[in-house]
Amino acid sequence: MIWIEKQRNIIDLALSSLLRKSGKNLALVIIYTAIVFILASVVFFISSLKREAALVLEASPEIVVQKLVAGRQALAPESYIDAMRGLRGTANVRGRLWGHYFDSTVGANYTIMACDDDAQLAAGTITIGRGMARTLSLKKGDSMKFDAYDGTSVDFKVGEILPYRSELVASDLILLRSDGFRRIFGMEEGSYSDVTLQVANRKEMATVAGKIKKLLPDSRPILRDEVLRTYEAIFDWRGGLLIVILCGAVLAFIIFAWDKASGLSFEERREICILKAVGWDTSEVMAMKLWEGAVISLLSFIFGIIGAYLHVFYTSYFLFGPVLKGWSVLYPSYQLIPAVDPYQLAALFFLTVVPYTAATLIPLWGAASIDPDEGMRL
Amino acid sequence: MIMHPAIIALFAGSAIVGFMILYAACHGIGILRHWDLRSGSELQLRLERRTYLISTMMSCAFCFQIFSLFLFIYTADNLSRLLVGAMCGAGSLNANCYGYPALLFKILNFILGGVWLIVNYTDNMAPDYPMIRKKYFFLLLIVPCIAVEIFLQGAYFLNLDANIITSCCGSIFSGDGKGVGSVFTSIPVAPVKASFYLLAIVSAVSGVLFCLRGKAVAGIIFSLASILGFIVSLAALISFISTYYYQLPTHHCPFCILQREYWYVGYVLYLCLSLGVLSGASAGLLMFARGVESLKDILPSIQKRLVLISLVSQLLFLIVSAWPMIFTDFKLVS
Repeated sequence: MIWIEKQRNIIDLALSSLLRKSGKNLALVIIYTAIVFILASVVFFISSLKREAALVLEASPEIVVQKLVAGRQALAPESYIDAMRGLRGTANVRGRLWGHYFDSTVGANYTIMACDDDAQLAAGTITIGRGMARTLSLKKGDSMKFDAYDGTSVDFKVGEILPYRSELVASDLILLRSDGFRRIFGMEEGSYSDVTLQVANRKEMATVAGKIKKLLPDSRPILRDEVLRTYEAIFDWRGGLLIVILCGAVLAFIIFAWDKASGLSFEERREICILKAVGWDTSEVMAMKLWEGAVISLLSFIFGIIGAYLHVFYTSYFLFGPVLKGWSVLYPSYQLIPAVDPYQLAALFFLTVVPYTAATLIPLWGAASIDPDEGMRL
Repeated sequence: MIMHPAIIALFAGSAIVGFMILYAACHGIGILRHWDLRSGSELQLRLERRTYLISTMMSCAFCFQIFSLFLFIYTADNLSRLLVGAMCGAGSLNANCYGYPALLFKILNFILGGVWLIVNYTDNMAPDYPMIRKKYFFLLLIVPCIAVEIFLQGAYFLNLDANIITSCCGSIFSGDGKGVGSVFTSIPVAPVKASFYLLAIVSAVSGVLFCLRGKAVAGIIFSLASILGFIVSLAALISFISTYYYQLPTHHCPFCILQREYWYVGYVLYLCLSLGVLSGASAGLLMFARGVESLKDILPSIQKRLVLISLVSQLLFLIVSAWPMIFTDFKLVS
């Protein structure tokens, strides 16, 4: 209790001392906040993108099987589907029809995909993503022309525009019936872009993939977990790279903090000397200085985190977005789900507060070790 | 290498802690060589002033070390999503030969650092710094352990390959596997249970006796019981306590309890265990300073406080581990 009371009094004095020097400390708090803000923005954005990827992939098929010819993806025949249906533990084995269509007028690539069930769409109609609708100023009921494989043109009517929540994955997507798809690309009946299937027991995914590979040696099964892992690795790598680059800024900040803590003003020297003259020992003066540093760290950390939160989740990460998101003509506009966890905060603490504290320790000790008689002479 | 922001944070943290401890140790050598309290020389005054810096530096370094230990465990757990075959931290740490040694050294350094801080606190309470040489010699012993930890942690993360298939906790901590995890799992539950409860009773009795009467023998028994209890508690956690949390007699993983599905209860358990052994071992170590004249009045109260902290931590561990045994329908019948 005595210890707590003592620390309370030291904090009291540290706070009043900080307030007296508010002008001098403001510059430090601003730069410190900026450093926390930049790093926190990267960390929050990366983890949000990973979460989005996981959510998006949750509904995707567990295994996608592609046929390979000379190392390149080729069309999968109907016999592939029949062979996989015979495997124990598999369900919903389906051929998928999808491809890319280049629109030279806007210079963008669309992803065209046939619906799982043709009955979902009326003949001659398509459903398009919001990014496409925005770029081409299309609305429900408008018509859209496609150049087919044989040079003829095929007309479709926009039946529906996909909802906003699907924009992250479906910004450039066109959904149509399988006959329309085959008409544009000239794909024969009984051939598919790839085959998707589900596995009843999630833990058996790798085993089922192994069986498929054995049954169809010219195939390449791709597991959903693998895709997710790749996404995570890519996002981590991009974020990590940016943090490594920003370490230069952190280093500059550390030098600044060191310099700031070393250069004692006349007022500060006098304050320390008076404290020592009235009986404070070096450890108590150091404790006061450490509390001052802790308050500065806490304030800057909180301001930086709040700023980063607003920047990432409410302004769509406008400052550094292109570096981490990539870019394209039909770029989806989306709002990330706000979420911050203690793990991210712990990582940020290590990247900002720990270097700051370590950098200021020696200067603080230097300041706290001034002889009281030095102050009397000032 | 996986470029995870937390991995970079751990690297930065380790580098800073390493630098701080190395700096403190370098000045520690000066103190070991030239310390002479009777002298009023300028060098002695400089050394005396420097002890304040070293104490503060070590306190900060070991605070960061505690954070770093838990961040390392959480990161290992988090990395399991990136590694084929891993289901939790057990699989991630098994991804290469540096993972588990890095964790062991992190725990060891956490305990060593904590003990050093307690010895330092006690020493600073006496006006003549009676343990100054011993504590700086102890600090020099910690330096290589920290260096090994930094090397192992670096080697672990740098050699982490997402394409390597690792084992899941189910096979690492299975009775018929190979390795330390399987050894803990294959020990019959009855002797582990008996020694776990027996040591808890010994700790409680000797701890209470020490707090009431201050007998040195009780203190030494308590200290030994808490060190032994730490190892036995870890074995008990793998052998039977974890199974109650998972409600699965075959699942013994000590890492899955750190996950959200189990309300992060593992962190509470490990924090109690660490605090228990740290304060228990320190109370025992301080027995060697009992003969020091200047510490005669201060030492018993510090030791009693340490024993009390250890007792509360061990009790909390017992309550948290007994909770699912009492309040769930799952019963482990051998």
